Amino acid sequence: MAGFFLNRFRNLGALACCVGFLAFPARAELVIEITGAGASRLPIAVADFAGETESARLVASVVRGDLERTGMFNMLAAPGVAMDESSTPNYADWKYRGADAVVAGSVAPSADGRQEARFRLYDINRGLPLVGSAYLASKPLLRLAGHRISDAIYEKLLGEPGVFSTRIAFVVKNASKSYELHIADADGQNEQTALRSKEPIISPAWSPDGAKLAYVSFENKKPVVYVHSLATGKRAVVANFKGSNSAPAWAPDGSRLAVVLSRDGGSQIFTISADGSNARRVSTANSINTEPFFSPDGRFLYFTSDRGGSPQIYRAGASGGDARRVTFEGNYNVSPRVSPDGKKLAFITRREGAFRLAVLDLENGQTQILTDSYKDESPSFAPNGRMILIATETRGRGVLSAVSIDGRVKQRLSISAADVREPAWGPFQR
Amino acid sequence: MNMRFAFLLPMALLLAGCPSTPSGPEQPDAPIETRVPTVNAGSVDGRDLPNELRDPKNLLSQRSVYFDYNSFEVKREYQELVSAHARFLVANRQLRILVQGHTDERGSREYNLALGQKRADAVRRVLTVLGVQEEQIEAVSLGEEKPKNEGHDDLAWAENRRGDILYRGEY
Repeated sequence: MAGFFLNRFRNLGALACCVGFLAFPARAELVIEITGAGASRLPIAVADFAGETESARLVASVVRGDLERTGMFNMLAAPGVAMDESSTPNYADWKYRGADAVVAGSVAPSADGRQEARFRLYDINRGLPLVGSAYLASKPLLRLAGHRISDAIYEKLLGEPGVFSTRIAFVVKNASKSYELHIADADGQNEQTALRSKEPIISPAWSPDGAKLAYVSFENKKPVVYVHSLATGKRAVVANFKGSNSAPAWAPDGSRLAVVLSRDGGSQIFTISADGSNARRVSTANSINTEPFFSPDGRFLYFTSDRGGSPQIYRAGASGGDARRVTFEGNYNVSPRVSPDGKKLAFITRREGAFRLAVLDLENGQTQILTDSYKDESPSFAPNGRMILIATETRGRGVLSAVSIDGRVKQRLSISAADVREPAWGPFQR
Repeated sequence: MNMRFAFLLPMALLLAGCPSTPSGPEQPDAPIETRVPTVNAGSVDGRDLPNELRDPKNLLSQRSVYFDYNSFEVKREYQELVSAHARFLVANRQLRILVQGHTDERGSREYNLALGQKRADAVRRVLTVLGVQEEQIEAVSLGEEKPKNEGHDDLAWAENRRGDILYRGEY
């Protein structure tokens, strides 16, 4: 844990400097819109944290915001009295207020001059502490400590890891027609610019270790696949063959990428080493084959092909072989993304002229359409598989939306005066 | 059009409009032209290209081939244009071109990239059938990313379904 924070500090510290000197006319604004979250929400209170007022207030508000946005909790008002992690809560009193769980904590300077954020989660019905921990962070990165606390609470209460300390990548098209690849925390805060270009950037894809992004940049008047190390800003060309190079997807072990090349004519899927060597053709059908995505075990590739006359999703072995058709409803099914557990497939389907996010249960074959929007694009699963991040459009402007896999919770991230598109949800931070 | 002149003229007007003493009376509605032409970075004016390619009266100055919805065939009405470029490239084997395929905005960006590639490949195929050598042509796709018309209706979409021929020096 300490290693993680030290690393993040070094990387983010350097980037934070740059951000400080650049004027950002566009500011991310997260608008939360939770629809249909039922009575099953778990009642929880996050008490005010003890310690240095400003820091304590920040961490407690990050935790409250994180938990609330999931739509899985019923956030109860805190009584306005700070409660540190080691003061035993008045269980009877909290029970009377209707809380099933209570979070208490504190933020105080640590011996090395940073801040130490501590918390403890209490089970009110059983009258005992469930989990507690301490996180060190420099003051500018205190939000991250809050996200770590939220992750621990979420996992303890819901039995699956939280994604509050993960990051997202997306592309911003400014009013000035320039394109920027942004990285932000999963709550849209701490936004940083990794790349700025006069030409389009599409299809960002996180490396499995979260250190790099592969993407397609048109800066050379044609699509070329790059791999970009986020900590250093170093970029390497992975695929720049004659013709178009696009649609990067990482193999789960990070050693290879699937890409789409037109060097043989048409659009065909290849795999290529992460350093750009050793390209091997995977798809052979004389049709469009694109948007490859690895199954979590690395054995299969899901992809989009028009071999049957309309774009549909297929699955084949990761090194080629026979393809099996996966989608059958409708005549336009594209952009397959497999859930981290391999059991679900998110994709975009066209229904009555509108492009909508759909999820196919790969075990029972049921398809559910999760949105009623008209221009959904580029789905990506949160690393815990609970939410799907998409690009969509409201009032003619590109925004990001996170949709729970049951379609009941929707969050929206928009940036004023800019088009936001091409989101990719990053992996768990190790 | 001479970019340098277009740029200097408004600048001169701008300077002339500046009062020499900051404390002087403000001039309301002074006709000060402050606009400068916007040049798209990355665009090249191709002044070293052969005259035939730049002469608006020459068919070779036309570079766009438009496609029907969901179609990837070079229409009859563009055969003459593509043939003219083919003859020119056959006669000038040292020339190189980039064929950029485009689609309208509907649907997946990556799938559209593949559709744009089909359009670029269609133009390339016609050119090679007419004798242009493969190494003279690179066929690529820009998908829906670089619309000619930013609108969101049938008219705009029709303008965006196209293949553009660029000669080296222009890209």
